[in-house]
This record gives sequence, structure tokens and C-alpha cells, in this order.
Amino acid sequence: MAVPPETAQQLAGSGAAGSHKPVVSKPQFVIRFAGDSGDGMQLAGMQFTTESALAGNDIATLPDFPAEIRAPAGTLAGVSGFQLNFSSQEVFTPGDEPSVLVAMNPAALMVNLEDLPPNGVLIIDKEGFTDANLKKAGYTSNPLTDHSLDKYQVFQIEVSKLTTSAVRELGLNTRAVNRCRNFFVLGLLSWLFQRPTKSVEDYIGSRFKKTPDVMEANLRAFKAGYNYGETTEAFASSFEVKPAEIAPGFYRNITGNTATALGFVAASAKSGRPLFLGSYPITPASDVLHELSAFKNFPIYTFQAEDEIAGVTSAIGAAFGGAIGITTTSGPGMNLKAEAIGLAVKVELPLIITDIQRAGPSTGMPTKPEQADLLMAMYGRHGESPIPILSASTPADCFNCAFEAVRIAVKYMTPVILLTDGHLANGAEPWLVPDPDTLPEIKVEFRTDPEGFMPYLRDEETLSRPWAIPGTPGLEHRIGGLSSEHLTGNVSYSPSNNEMMVRLRARKIAGIAREIPETEIFGDAQGGDLLLVGWGSTYGTLREAVTNLRAKGKSVSHVHLRWLNPLPTDFGAILRRFKKVMVAEMNMGQLLKMIRADYLIDAVGCNKIQGRPFKVSEVESRILRALEA
Amino acid sequence: MATALTRKDFVSDQEVRWCPGCGDYAILAQVQKVMPELGVPRENVVFISGIGCSSRFPYYMNTYGFHTIHGRAPAIATGLKLTRPELDVWVVTGDGDGLSIGGNHLIHVLRRNVDLKILLFNNKIYGLTKGQYSPTSEVGKVTKSTPAGSVDFPFNPITVALGTHASFVARSVDVEQKHLQDIIKRAHAHRGASFLEILQNCNIFNDGAFNDVSDKAIKAEHQLVLEHGKPLTFGKNRDKGIRMNGMRPEVVKLGEGITEKDLVVHDETNLSLAFMLGHFEPPMPTPVGVFYATSRPTYDAAINAQLEQAKKTQGPGELRSLLRRGDTWSVK
Repeated sequence: MAVPPETAQQLAGSGAAGSHKPVVSKPQFVIRFAGDSGDGMQLAGMQFTTESALAGNDIATLPDFPAEIRAPAGTLAGVSGFQLNFSSQEVFTPGDEPSVLVAMNPAALMVNLEDLPPNGVLIIDKEGFTDANLKKAGYTSNPLTDHSLDKYQVFQIEVSKLTTSAVRELGLNTRAVNRCRNFFVLGLLSWLFQRPTKSVEDYIGSRFKKTPDVMEANLRAFKAGYNYGETTEAFASSFEVKPAEIAPGFYRNITGNTATALGFVAASAKSGRPLFLGSYPITPASDVLHELSAFKNFPIYTFQAEDEIAGVTSAIGAAFGGAIGITTTSGPGMNLKAEAIGLAVKVELPLIITDIQRAGPSTGMPTKPEQADLLMAMYGRHGESPIPILSASTPADCFNCAFEAVRIAVKYMTPVILLTDGHLANGAEPWLVPDPDTLPEIKVEFRTDPEGFMPYLRDEETLSRPWAIPGTPGLEHRIGGLSSEHLTGNVSYSPSNNEMMVRLRARKIAGIAREIPETEIFGDAQGGDLLLVGWGSTYGTLREAVTNLRAKGKSVSHVHLRWLNPLPTDFGAILRRFKKVMVAEMNMGQLLKMIRADYLIDAVGCNKIQGRPFKVSEVESRILRALEA
Repeated sequence: MATALTRKDFVSDQEVRWCPGCGDYAILAQVQKVMPELGVPRENVVFISGIGCSSRFPYYMNTYGFHTIHGRAPAIATGLKLTRPELDVWVVTGDGDGLSIGGNHLIHVLRRNVDLKILLFNNKIYGLTKGQYSPTSEVGKVTKSTPAGSVDFPFNPITVALGTHASFVARSVDVEQKHLQDIIKRAHAHRGASFLEILQNCNIFNDGAFNDVSDKAIKAEHQLVLEHGKPLTFGKNRDKGIRMNGMRPEVVKLGEGITEKDLVVHDETNLSLAFMLGHFEPPMPTPVGVFYATSRPTYDAAINAQLEQAKKTQGPGELRSLLRRGDTWSVK
């Protein structure tokens, strides 16, 4: 939500600043940090997020960075952004548009200004607006002087000069000084929003432990920024956003990728089996590999494979040996893993494939989110090869889904696909840390008794086959990709046996529906005018849009699916209770197709394929149009 | 208990379905014969294969087995060996499976030195898909897919393996029962990735490809048996040898002033010599035996050592405290 215009008015100083300025209380702000990818805006954003979480606000973040690590400085391609919504109320999304925009150079301004509403606050590093930088950003005249920014509240600050004077005594070179500018800006914003600063000071202390002069410089820059806010005449007041009402408990700020990694660790610990991750670096999935590589003592094996295929196949090998085998990737890697996933389907070994979706096709936009891999997860293999599919709806929910994926994989002896996306992967939110004792049990029982052992003798309820691992005397047996005989697993070309095995595997996966809890309907459980259906990272946006419309008296409800295959057993009946069904996805309508095919319901789509999440306002207007139609 | 096992204990109940006369039968027989001598409990033996004629191998071994997908056996075996280092993991592959579709995995498993025993059956042809040329087929090879002759320059499996700094590189021949058994035992005894190329006759699509080294009548003149510490001699009467002429090896006849002292002495630990021998192609004799064997840390041992070290320095993983790390706060 945008900051009300009067807030911005109050921000503008009259020139009568004292040492103790008034503090104005506001329910919510959305800040976007934008600069060159070398300007440290992600870092500043993350640190501001931590400060805000520690201040007790509810928060949601959206990093938005280019795929190039260091695109040419000052260019549009090199602009890196980080948006944070912090509030004294419950927060569902990082916010449609910023109320405060920090722009470190003309390119950052050019890329982001269209999102800033009139009267929005614009904090600009004046010195970044050189002729060369203006030209690189495509400006023909300087927006700082040509009155094109008159409708905003503009604060032009000489960040470089102020930072340089703060750290001058330390004798650092220009490059090192410039790298402290983000902490100056962070200090200024910390003052402006009355954030507790200890976490940043602690961070600087540990991050630059090995280079004391750099540590000192960043600390000085940070404090200088803070004091600048207090002393400059530009700002008449600062703001506070009171703590949100949050359930009591122990919290940590967590990104989706970290939550995914921790969910796997937790599942491994609960199951008592070692975790093996086979993975090949790919944006935006690599952080899961990085995270898990640090937890060797659990034990966790991480194997940076030679390619995506070796990533998944090594995990299959580990699963054959009794470990929890997982692989993590993004869209292009999913394509490469398809054949191996089919092998895991056929030999019925547990395996977890995490697809952290990004905008495609092909290399697409690696750092931007999309939800266009659903049908690939459903059908992207040759032959009949059904796989359970889970999707996480928030960064913290990645923990639950990763855990659940392992539980289902080992219980049903099947590969499981976990879908998250780049938005969840890098977005952060407060997470109520669970007590490990309250997590569900994950029971792993290897077959050890040779008496009556057959590799494909199935459990009557789950239809899963025994997990019989090498090293077990008397259970020596062979498995493989060739069609195999019911019970014995011996190679078989029998036509009727093949159909039976295909149908058995399909029944096994369909039976996982028994694990899915009753579907939660936000809104009118008994039915109404429109049901908005979504999955994955759109959760917050969809929930907020439906909340807003319900407040206006509209009969709109929301169901957000975690399980995409199998779909919940009560889902069809729920869909039929509503006059209209709209499916919102960041794709061309993939869940929509599944719903139309499975339930013969004339659902409509709400779609966006821009590598950007929906805005709440976009979803609201689509729903309103559908209601009128 | 393991010593009480016999060849029969390693024969599965599945009917062997290679073409009659295929060289794979001979290799299977030698592996089954050697197994009881290795002293490994049968339940700890795992055979992993990809796709192709050779890759049917695991079905016929009464051990744990996994017939996987084309080219990926080394990667699957890596995941298994890392997490279950006590297992005896074998990879069975072919020239197509291991050097074409799976070439990437093969070179990486060799350079990493994962403790796997890799048997590459080289018949210089695609058998299962009925006779296309393979990455080891010679230039000019006429096959169904190369009616005008292949213009595709072949891989030499030995020098590919040496190029990755594989720690054990050897070659044997399907019909050389005794030699093959000995080399399999050597490969098994080696700690690290053992790469064994087995020249294997495909009597349907590429019959006689290795006649010069397998035909009893002529093989003595074409086969150079490598023995560590011994001069490189060959020939029916052991009357020929390899001598260095400057930087180039040449075949010389012993006698008339040339003695064994003039010959190159094989040294398995000399990588440069191994490369030189690896490049021997007719009219030079074809070397069989161990080209290169060296001891270097295995990947699986190093990875597991890191895990052990982490446990020692950080203590065993504790979930509760792990979850509570990072930017945390309490709400009361």
C-alpha cells in the first residue's frame, strides 16, 4: 500500500530542524532501494529488513536484481532493486508500489520512477547524476534540475561527499570509500524510520572482522548517515512504524531458499537418514546448495555435480543406498533432469526435485519469477509418469513444503516435485520457528527380512514398494528402467503386466490425496459469486486482493493450493459452489487447464508473464471485471 | 563367510540374453569367477550400468544391481558411493554409453577419483541399436548411419582416461581369461577410480574388430603385455621390443647387438610413459595390462572426512539450534 500523500508532505523539512525532531507514527511504509548492482542495495535492503523485523514490524521483501553480476556501471541493465514492506499490521506482499524510493544513480531512477506514486518520497544520491551517467540512462536533460520530478518529494543528498568526509581519516582509496555509501544511506533511513541500529552495527562487526579499517569505515558511514538525518535541515521529522500484532514466539527472518534448505535438514533429522543433495549451480537455486553445504555435521552430503543430469542421478544413487536424495534446480535444469526423474518414477525410489521457477523459455530472465513450469512438472516426461507436486506459498512456507516433500517421498517411494520460484527464493518474511518436537514423524523402515521379499511387493494401503538397500544380506536384487514384472521386478515385456504396473503407479500417486488436509476457503465456505484460485508465491497478493474486495462487500473467496498433484479430494466440490472460478497464475493458464480438464468447469484465467509478481490492484480489477461480465 | 562363496553364488536366476557368440559372455564369466576371490560379502557388491548391450550386465549378477539410463551410471554410482562408502560399487558401461552420451560423467568421475570399478566394454560399434558407428569406431567405418564411411575422428578410451588423471588405467581383452581375471583383481584392489577398457567382440555388427589381439594365431605379434618393471617385449618368441629413438618409440628386433637393456622398461607410475603407450596403434603393437596406477586421495573418502571433521569441530547436527540461528527475535 502506498504511503498517504500527507506523510510525504510532513517529511519535507521547513528548515527549522533541531537536534530532537518530532516523530510521526505511521502504520506502514514500502521502501525500494535502487542502485547500480555494485552499489550494495541488496545488502542495505536486507539490513533494513532485519532492523524492521527487530522493531517488531510485519514485513515482506522483494529483491529484484539483474542476472549480470556486474553489468556496466550506470546502465539500465545494471540496476538492482530491493523492496521492503514494513507495517504495524499483517503484511501479505512486498507492496504494489513504493512510498519511498532510494535512487543511487540516473539509471535506477529511470527504471523505478514509474512505480513511485505522485507525492512519493524520492531520496537521490545527487553525485550519481553526472553527465555520463545521465547519458547512459537515456536522459536528455537532468531530472534533478528540469522540474520533471516536481510531483515527488525529492531529497538530493551528496552521499559520496558525506561518506568521504566521514571516513577521511582512515585513508582508504576511493573505491573502498564508495563501497561504504550504501551504509550511509542505510544510516539515514535508519534515522528516518527510527530503526534500532544494533543489528547493523553487529553485522558490520562480523562481516568485516578480517579488515578492521573497512569495518571502521562502514560503521562511520552508517553513523554519519544516521546523524545526517538528525542534523540536516532537509528532514523536519522522522517516522515510526509501531510493532505489528504478531503471535508470540521465537522468530527469525527467513528467505524462501533458506527455508527450503532448513526444511530438508529438518526432514533428514526427523527421519534419521543422511541427506544427499546433488546439484548444479543455477540461478535462483544455488543458495540452497550453499546453505546445505554448511551443515555437514548433520550429516548432509552436498555434491556439486558436473551438470544438472549428474545432480539428479547422483541423488537417485544416494536414494538407492538409503539416503534422502534431493536435487535443486530451476526451469532449464528441470528439462535436463526429465529422463532421470522418469527413472525414479519407474524404479520407485524416493527423490525430491526442487524447481525454483524462473521466467522462461530457455534462459529467459534468470532472476525473475514465473510459474510456467507446472505443466512440465505434471507431464514433462515420456511415458505415463505421474509425480506428486507441492508448491510453497510464502518464503517461510518453503520450510513446510520441503519437509512434507521428503515425508511423502519416503512414505510412497516416489519422486516428489517441489515448486517454488525466484520471488519466494529471495523474498523474506518473519518465520515463527517451529519446535522440532512438533514436526510430524518421518518413518523410514528398510526391508531387512529376506523371507518373502520381493522388490515390488507393495504395501496394501500406500501401494509403495519396500526400500531394500544394498548391504542387506539376502535381499540382493536388481532394479532398472526396463518394464518390470509385478512383485519380482524382473524384466518383463508382458503387455498386460505393463498396463497393470502403469496403473498401479498412477493409483499410488492418486492415493496421496489421503494425506491432504481439508481445503481452507478464505471467504464464503458455502459458495458465492467468485472463487479465486491460486498456488505458489501469488498467495499474499491474492489474499490481499480478496480481503480488499470483501471489505467492499463483494462475494469473493480465495483458495490457495499447496498440492497440485494430486489435487485435494474436496477441491472439485468446492469449485462447484461458486458461480465463477478465476485462476490467477504467473503463466498462460496452466493450473487453469488442469482444472478445466479435471472438473469440466468453465474457469477463467488471470495471468501475467512479465517476470514480476501481480500487483494487488491488478488482481482486484481483473476480479471486478469478471464479476461484471 | 565371503570366502565360502563360489562363482555360482554370483550367477542370477535371469536368462542371459546377449547374442550367441558375444564377447560379453566371456567377460561376465570372468567377473563371476573372480568375485568370490575378492573377499567382499555379496550383499555389499553393487553393479550399476547405463544403457546398451553391456549395460544388461547387472541383471545377470546375483548382487545388488541397478540398470539405469543412458550414460549416467557413473553419476548414480557416485551418489551411492559417497553415502555408502563401505559398498563395493562397480560401473559397467560401453563405448557408446561411456564415451558418447555419458562422456561427461565418465571424465568427471575419473578426475574426482571416486572409488568405483569401471568396466568399459569397447566393441567400437553400437550393438543394441543395431550397428551404427560409435565414438571409438575408426575413420572410414561403413555402418548403417555412415554408408559413405565415418569421417568422425575416434576417441581412444585409454588416453581419454589418462587425460583426466585417472588413478588406475588398464586394458584387457574379452577372450584373455587369465589376463582379464588378473586385471579385474588389480582394478578391484586399487583404491580410487579404476578404469578398465575391455576390448570386446561384437560378432554381429563388428566381428573381428580386435582379431589382431584376440586371434591365437597372430595375437603374439600384435599384443604388448605391460608388466611393471619389465622391458617392453612381444612377439611369439619374445624377440621384439620397444626402444626409444630420441623422443620416439620404435619396434626393434632383439639380437644383433640389441638386448633387453636397450628397451623401455614399463613403469606404471609414469604418466608420460602411460600416455605414450596409450597412443600405440597399429603398426605398433596394442598394449594390454596396467598403463598407469597411482595413489591419490579418493573423492568419497575426502568428502566423508569433511563430514567427520565437521562433526568433530561442531558436534553432531542439532536441529533446534540450527533453526534458531540468524536474525532472530522474540515476540511476547
